[in-house]
Amino acid sequence: MAPVARPEQGEDDRRWARLMTAAQDGGQADYARLLREIVPLIRAIASYHHRAPDRVDDVVQDVLLTIHRVRHTYDPARPFIPWLVAVARRRSIDALRRRIRTEAMEMRDDTSYETFADPLANREREGREATEALAGALAALPRGQREALELVKLREMSLAEASAVSGQSVGGLKVNVHRAIKALRAKLKGG
Amino acid sequence: MSEPLENLIERLASEGGRVQRLRPPLTRAAFWLLGVALASTLAVLSFADLPLFMSRMGDRKLQLELTGILLTGIAAIVAAFHLSLPDRPAAWALLPLPPLVLWIASSGYACYQNWIAFGPEGWSLGESADCFRVILGISIPLGAALVLALMRARPLNPMPLTVAGGLGIAAIAAFLLQFFHPYDVTFMDLGVHLVAVGLVVLGSAASSRFLAPPEPQASRG
Repeated sequence: MAPVARPEQGEDDRRWARLMTAAQDGGQADYARLLREIVPLIRAIASYHHRAPDRVDDVVQDVLLTIHRVRHTYDPARPFIPWLVAVARRRSIDALRRRIRTEAMEMRDDTSYETFADPLANREREGREATEALAGALAALPRGQREALELVKLREMSLAEASAVSGQSVGGLKVNVHRAIKALRAKLKGG
Repeated sequence: MSEPLENLIERLASEGGRVQRLRPPLTRAAFWLLGVALASTLAVLSFADLPLFMSRMGDRKLQLELTGILLTGIAAIVAAFHLSLPDRPAAWALLPLPPLVLWIASSGYACYQNWIAFGPEGWSLGESADCFRVILGISIPLGAALVLALMRARPLNPMPLTVAGGLGIAAIAAFLLQFFHPYDVTFMDLGVHLVAVGLVVLGSAASSRFLAPPEPQASRG
């Protein structure tokens, strides 16, 4: 069960009932004091239904706003705490239902947040996709072309260094690099 | 909603002028019922065939049925006004159930006797379509008046009170119908009455969205 008023809260109840009655009559200082004093009880009720501290804060604020809206419904002849607990519990459960409804109808897709009208905002996602496509196209090249491209263009070796590493002639490296770029361009353009 | 708590409290306190307290729910219900009684009396005196109605009132079954209908209407309206307040128990919603059982049982028994007497004619539509229109026609203005009265409480959970209120206005409409319905009730009549009452309750429940408190303007993920 959610937190409820205990018998020893009788003194609080009488004081809060007095403050609320004064608030209904326009006593702003009494009203502010009442709202400050009831926050811990509202927080305890909200914490029963919600674990995340930011959600609890949201519910506390919503309960205070609701109390403000329905404060004319409090009857000074009746105890205050049951009225307060009823309002707080109702709004806390409403917030819980809203959250369950939202989570049931929505799904998280973190990458979707990367799609904006500004192309720069999509750079990370599109860069990742382009890298994956390029890696696939590179893997499909013949071994000699892939090796020549990797050494000369990606590792930025000179033709002599690349020739020494790969064993291909300088002329052969030039031809393979040219063919590899042509093949990649055709592959990536064709999608 | 990310306003610091202290700022919110200061703001609410600065906006916290004097408010007019609601009267006790029983008093509010009594005033509302009194208003409906006055308007209904005027309508009955103006349009109903009172001598015919009085002659029918000699029937004990009809007396029992009308008592059930009227008590259902009063109990449901009283329950609705109680349920409009945040600290009143949800058990108030059960208040109209005993007279509702009396209403349905007495109507059903009368139908059964008429079915024995009339045979298959008891299943004809007859005047039932008019009854349907009368119940809906009376319920719509009554429902609007009730919603206006209940809105003052700014209820936090409007569904139970709109269902109770819908039952109340449908019962009052069914009670008033008796002044313009000089026929013995058949099964078809009862069925039509119940469908009309059900529609009024559903329509009233649908109005709960107008009474619902506003949702928080924003919340964190």
